[in-house]
Amino acid sequence: MADSSIDVRYVANLARINLSEEEVERFGSQLTGVMEHIEKLSEVDIEGIEPMSHANTTSNKVRPDEPVESLAAQGFLQNAPDQASGQLRVPKVVDA
Amino acid sequence: MLPTKRAASSVSQKSLTLKLSRYMSLAAQSLSSLRRQLTTGEISPRDIIEDAVSQISARDGDIGAFISSEPETALAEADKADLSLPLGGLPIAIKDNINVEGSPCSCGSKFLSGAYTSPYDATVIKNLRAAGAIPFGRTNLDEFAMGSSTENSGIQLTQNPAAPGHTPGGSSGGSAAAVAGNFIPAALGSDTGGSIRQPASHCGVVGLKPSYGRVSRYGLVAFGSSLDQIGPLTHTVEDTALLLNAIAGVDPRDSTSLDAEIPDYTEGLDQGVAGMKLGLPKEYFTHGIDPQVRARVESAAKALEAQGAELVEISLPHTEYAIATYYIIAPAEASSNLSRFDGVRYGNRTENPKDMLSLYTDSREAGFGSEVKRRIILGTYVLSSGYHDAYYLRALKVRTLIKQDFVQAFEKVDAILTPVAPDSAPKMGAASGDPLKNYLADIFTISANLAGNCGISVPLEPVDGLPVGLQILGPHLGEQTILRCARAVEFL
Repeated sequence: MADSSIDVRYVANLARINLSEEEVERFGSQLTGVMEHIEKLSEVDIEGIEPMSHANTTSNKVRPDEPVESLAAQGFLQNAPDQASGQLRVPKVVDA
Repeated sequence: MLPTKRAASSVSQKSLTLKLSRYMSLAAQSLSSLRRQLTTGEISPRDIIEDAVSQISARDGDIGAFISSEPETALAEADKADLSLPLGGLPIAIKDNINVEGSPCSCGSKFLSGAYTSPYDATVIKNLRAAGAIPFGRTNLDEFAMGSSTENSGIQLTQNPAAPGHTPGGSSGGSAAAVAGNFIPAALGSDTGGSIRQPASHCGVVGLKPSYGRVSRYGLVAFGSSLDQIGPLTHTVEDTALLLNAIAGVDPRDSTSLDAEIPDYTEGLDQGVAGMKLGLPKEYFTHGIDPQVRARVESAAKALEAQGAELVEISLPHTEYAIATYYIIAPAEASSNLSRFDGVRYGNRTENPKDMLSLYTDSREAGFGSEVKRRIILGTYVLSSGYHDAYYLRALKVRTLIKQDFVQAFEKVDAILTPVAPDSAPKMGAASGDPLKNYLADIFTISANLAGNCGISVPLEPVDGLPVGLQILGPHLGEQTILRCARAVEFL
């Protein structure tokens, strides 16, 4: 946890976001400041402490296996940027 | 709003409200006051909506609380309202990140603006309708609820109605401004790190973040799923209790919602604080607080002591690590949640993408504003290979310690009193360009989200004309206690 700089362009690619040169520089310097603050956590003794991913300790709730009403396909498709034949349409992914 | 120095008993408060109600526009009145007038037939639900519509069209151009509203739909619902229900015929404004069937939902983002109509009602909206309420008006917010001034909205700016030129706080700044600006009797917001309580404090209204799991998150556009809760912003504590009655409860569509008993939150509000133990965490009253804000909080605590509460100094030793913990966990969850905005299923897609990858990357570049991009980068980084354990896993462990601080504190006290924010509402533009400075101002509110506790902000006497709130934190599912305490503060 020593180096506080983030390779913004590399991470932006992981997050599938295009950034301008200006954004890469600006976010880089702003996030370095944030990461320097975050380094505070290395002071804390976490030996033997369980991680808490959630405020409620319920797990694996099951419900009766009964069909219930859900949204019709048209409900989902009404906001689609592009659709055809009741399906979402995107640019060609696989070359024939 | 009522004058800051108010009558000492609830009886005179009620008669004062009744007298004022003859002169106040309907949209400016409390839910409970409107409900009385609806029951006696003095007014109709249509009168309230019509007044809200005219207030918004006359004055919201200067405030910017509302992104959109659909008067015709609301008026049609008003004419069918069932006044026998607890919120029968009462309009409630909805933060624009909560789905209302048939209405646009922008999340304050260019990604969704003009390109998304909700195909279903969020569970809180279903619950409001079941209680007779009418969702009316969609309120502005920081984009995807990321921010604390509403200046990160990709749609518009919102002014603080109590102090034009100042921000309303955020991210539920539109909801707070809608109530404080007397456009609507009450509103729903969402709170991931203080986004209900802080704007409530900055605008001078009451705002409650329920305990995690008390209210269903189904239909709230997710930001930090382990932190988000929906809650009310209202003129009075009683109104907050009325709204919580309606929206609380388990939901099969949200597996984190709790199947716990729902008391009538309006009952016992006037029991007072005599015998209550109220904690003052020493870590919250150190450096960095505006001295006048601190003085207001301390004098409220003294006043509660005079009413029979016992003040106890407590310690929440991991407070100094809360910001760092939160700004790992919240962006990590956000980076995952916001991956759904890819330009495939909904929202604005980039024009003529050259391939599938550029459809994603260009749609996200054009659709998201700076703060959202920054948090996605931060969240993706702390989850990325090689850094996950050093940052994310470590933060989850420190989160356990922060929660343990509260568990231990609530063994000694019934509720905890703190400031809501270190300062009153900042001027517009004051902190732009320095995200860390903005993040550090969340110090008093974020721990409740990390621990899952409930918290409420209730107005105190303003500082130099700017509203200031007192935060009352309660244990998990301790809403009755903090509402009772907030009610006592309301009458100081």
